[in-house]
Amino acid sequence: MKPAPFQYFAPTTLDQALDLLERYNYDAKPLAGGQSLVPAMNFRLARPGVLVDLNRVPDLAFVRPGSDGGLRIGAMTRQRQVERDPLVAERAPLIHETMPHIAHPQIRNRGTFGGSLAHADPAAELPAVLTALQGRFRLESKRGQRWLGADEFFVDFFTTALEPDELLVEIAVPPLPARTGWSFQEVARRHGDFAMAGLATLVTLDEQGRVQEARLVYLSVGDGPVTARQAAQVLQGQEPTEEAIQEAAEVAARQDVDPVSDIHASADYRRHLVKVLARRTLRVAVQRAKENGQG
Amino acid sequence: MNEHIAVTVTVNGQEYTRQVEPRMLLSDFLRHELDLTGTHVGCEHGVCGACTILLNGEPVRSCLLFAVQVQGQAITTVEGLASGPDPEDLHPLQQGFWEAHGLQCGFCTPGFLMTLVPFLEENPDPTEAEIREALSGNLCRCTGYQKIVEAVQLAAEKMRG
Ligand SMILES: Cc1cc2nc3c(=O)[nH]c(=O)nc-3n(C[C@H](O)[C@H](O)[C@H](O)COP(=O)(O)OP(=O)(O)OC[C@H]3O[C@@H](n4cnc5c(N)ncnc54)[C@H](O)[C@@H]3O)c2cc1C
Ligand code: FES
Ligand code: FES
Repeated sequence: MKPAPFQYFAPTTLDQALDLLERYNYDAKPLAGGQSLVPAMNFRLARPGVLVDLNRVPDLAFVRPGSDGGLRIGAMTRQRQVERDPLVAERAPLIHETMPHIAHPQIRNRGTFGGSLAHADPAAELPAVLTALQGRFRLESKRGQRWLGADEFFVDFFTTALEPDELLVEIAVPPLPARTGWSFQEVARRHGDFAMAGLATLVTLDEQGRVQEARLVYLSVGDGPVTARQAAQVLQGQEPTEEAIQEAAEVAARQDVDPVSDIHASADYRRHLVKVLARRTLRVAVQRAKENGQG
Repeated sequence: MNEHIAVTVTVNGQEYTRQVEPRMLLSDFLRHELDLTGTHVGCEHGVCGACTILLNGEPVRSCLLFAVQVQGQAITTVEGLASGPDPEDLHPLQQGFWEAHGLQCGFCTPGFLMTLVPFLEENPDPTEAEIREALSGNLCRCTGYQKIVEAVQLAAEKMRG
């Protein structure tokens, strides 16, 4: 099918883009990589009257070091660019590890970092990863700017805190604490397909090698990123032994998630994947945390 | 609402200017405005890969771009691969597909070619696993992919010389 008619604007500065969004408000949609919006328009699931194309606003695409030792990533940075950026690999290895799981190279060549976050698909990788990393989101409109934590930014199924006149402009990723390990894994039918379940895990060990903090955030098992708080609690203060990992994985599957069945996977199978992914990512993250402790 | 916008774009080294509605997909622009029907359209939602073209050298889905977005940019379509009309002018990857039977109906082939040309330029000696991963974003209903993998291996050999 073909998209319904719309008015097209291609601003070249952020200010022009925000002016247009203020003027057209609910009628307008920002167009980033178009890898989710254009399919929706082709199917006429989305019929925006006005498209504000962000692809000619150069200031929105960047990867910069943050003064805190973390990273700043511009919303319009292509997913492929984030995947290949050495600074991302060094400062945010969890993001680096995740990028190849998003769709296919042809999609990542256009799809943007911020577009995936703004779209807030419960099956998308980046919302879970940025929640695990406690990323912060800078939103801007003609009314001003505000910073939101991931927990405030992601509201529901395909819903964020973004108002119609607002843009997501950049994401700040804090540095990883010492003795922290990470792992991202997912299970999909074919490489590049949306995952039936996925998990971003971070583990920080204390000086005695016990778990100081664990963060496990799932995708594709709820209405948005699902943080496994009970499982993290099980690990806290414990030696990260195989038994502790096993116990945390059981708790994650039993208490932290309430997946639904759809054409991609049954709820039972998803629950099984929740357990398997917890075990797999925790083992890797713990190992990496130990290596980081020695380094 | 359906005002037309002028778009100037370089396709396979040649410059074209057309007046189009903003909602015209790049895939339709190439096929209907420029008569470059080598770019195929399967699904129009980014899944099948048949419409893959190179935008400034990188493979992208032409069904997920509006023609007005590529103003001033450079595109390569499957028509731009061969250097002339004769069989020996075919790109080594096209030769590989021909010799290894990498196509049956051929509907998917332009998309595979446009995905794999930049892949081979970056990975002159890919493993089978790397090839399979590289073509995971393109669907073929005929070949079962095995012959496509062999075609890529053959092309890689040819391109390494
Ligand atoms: C075949 C296929 C497979 C895919 N597989 C995956 C996958 O496995 N995992 C995955 O995560 N994604 C997948 N995607 C989606 C892809 O990653 C998209 O690129 C991404 O979801 C949206 O990013 P975009 O830049 O293309 O945004 P767009 O499609 O341009 O926009 C998406 C939405 O966000 C809004 N928006 C975009 N940028 C901003 C901004 N800066 N401020 C405010 N609002 C904004 C738009 O208005 C729109 O509503 C797939 C897509 C396709 C076509
Ligand atoms: S027609 Fe573009 S991906 Fe299928
Ligand atoms: S050759 Fe027929 S779809 Fe691939």
